[in-house]
Amino acid sequence: MAYRWTNDLTAADVTPKSMVMNRRQIMAGAAGLGAIGFSATKAAAQETLEPNSLEDITTYNNYYEFGTGKSDPAENAHKLVTSPWSIKVDGLVDNPGEYSVADLTDGLETEERIYRFRCVEAWSMVVPWNGVELADVLKKAGVQANGKYVAFETVVQEENMIGVQRRVLDFPYVEGLRMDEAMHPLTLLATGIYGEPLANQSGAPIRVVVPWKYGFKSIKSIVRITVTDQEPPTSWNKANAREYGFYSNVNPEVDHPRWSQATHREIGGGLFAKRKPTLMFNGYESDVASLYEGMDLTVDI
Amino acid sequence: MTISQTLNTTIRKIPAWPIYWIVAAWTGWMFYLAATGKGGGPEPINWLEREYGALALKLLIAGLLITPLRTWTGINLIKFRRAIGVTTFFLILAHFLVWAVLDVQTFERVWMEVVKRKYVTVGMVAFVLMVPLAITSNNWSIRKMGPLVWRKLHKLTYPIVVLAGIHYLWLVKGFQIEPIIYMAVIVGLLAVRFTWHSKKTA
Repeated sequence: MAYRWTNDLTAADVTPKSMVMNRRQIMAGAAGLGAIGFSATKAAAQETLEPNSLEDITTYNNYYEFGTGKSDPAENAHKLVTSPWSIKVDGLVDNPGEYSVADLTDGLETEERIYRFRCVEAWSMVVPWNGVELADVLKKAGVQANGKYVAFETVVQEENMIGVQRRVLDFPYVEGLRMDEAMHPLTLLATGIYGEPLANQSGAPIRVVVPWKYGFKSIKSIVRITVTDQEPPTSWNKANAREYGFYSNVNPEVDHPRWSQATHREIGGGLFAKRKPTLMFNGYESDVASLYEGMDLTVDI
Repeated sequence: MTISQTLNTTIRKIPAWPIYWIVAAWTGWMFYLAATGKGGGPEPINWLEREYGALALKLLIAGLLITPLRTWTGINLIKFRRAIGVTTFFLILAHFLVWAVLDVQTFERVWMEVVKRKYVTVGMVAFVLMVPLAITSNNWSIRKMGPLVWRKLHKLTYPIVVLAGIHYLWLVKGFQIEPIIYMAVIVGLLAVRFTWHSKKTA
């Protein structure tokens, strides 16, 4: 079921690709729009959700399979082979099997979602994703009653992936969500950005997007979706449990042991951009806070 | 004449002062690229911070290489060491300023980071330790302090380089090979000194 969650921005607010190279003009334009007919807070919210240019989005990435530098994925991800592509759906589902991307999204409407994207490294972007709700895909797979978690796995093409060759992490990259998180209408399986298929460095051909969690939870280039009854292992948690928890919800009050999460830098602001305060659940508190009622988020990081 | 002697004759003709200008020009050029969006990609602050830090670490290691190079090959680059040391200090000052002013941005947050984050603490300690070395990097100070005291003070370079290596090692995520290689080179260059030292005292 599409359109359960409504953007506070419409398609008209997305920066046209022809304009994306001139940020200053765009920002000025957004400020001007805000002045017409919106309340001050609404205008401010709009302005902060100005999507980044496609160039920003595709040249500043973390995709450790293709190297640890921010520009490494843009340089190396052309080696990723995305066709043919098959996604194994298994575990506690009624319809296990090997599916193509088209199979998974068949019958579902691809919609645009303009989300804030907050990296655990204290930077952020705004990305206009195209995708389907993960919930709808899981419903097609037929989640069984005892399915409590969903595990995901990223492709490994060792000969094409310099980071895999260097053992930067214990690959394949794995991630997981609790079933209610996976079923939340904000959670996407994205296949595009700006109406174009995902760039390889953005996680082609299909990836998860969970906007209220740190970016590394939004696993890229998935080849496996497994429904389980136990909390699945996750890559960064395996690498450093003290720094990266299973939940990894964006939380300005819980610092990463090596840096503060209270503020972040918005990508694209240039050398003199002011840091911005990080919002609880990355600004999606009213949508998702109820999922964590009764939990101590300073413990369940 | 041996090869090293020939080289040393040439080296003697090369002045040290261009090092200051080259590093200063490079530092300014990188800042210009970051400020105008011509370099550094979508996130120029972190880029500039890393560029300055990385070159400073390389120069610190270059400074450490001079003595072993003379011992092993006879090539004498010692006349460049002050210029390397002083420019390294200014690069680290630039690295610190980009981090403090452009990245972290408020005094309160800078202080919090220095106190709370181990990798920042070690970096900051290394920077503070460099201050007396930079101040005394002139002939007047050597005369005033006497060469023995001066040389003793400038042995601070060793802990500084080690702290710089740890600073890099602790800031990366996952298993990354570069900081480990840097640390291995640093430890290696210090280890040869201590073996010489113990041989001399034995």
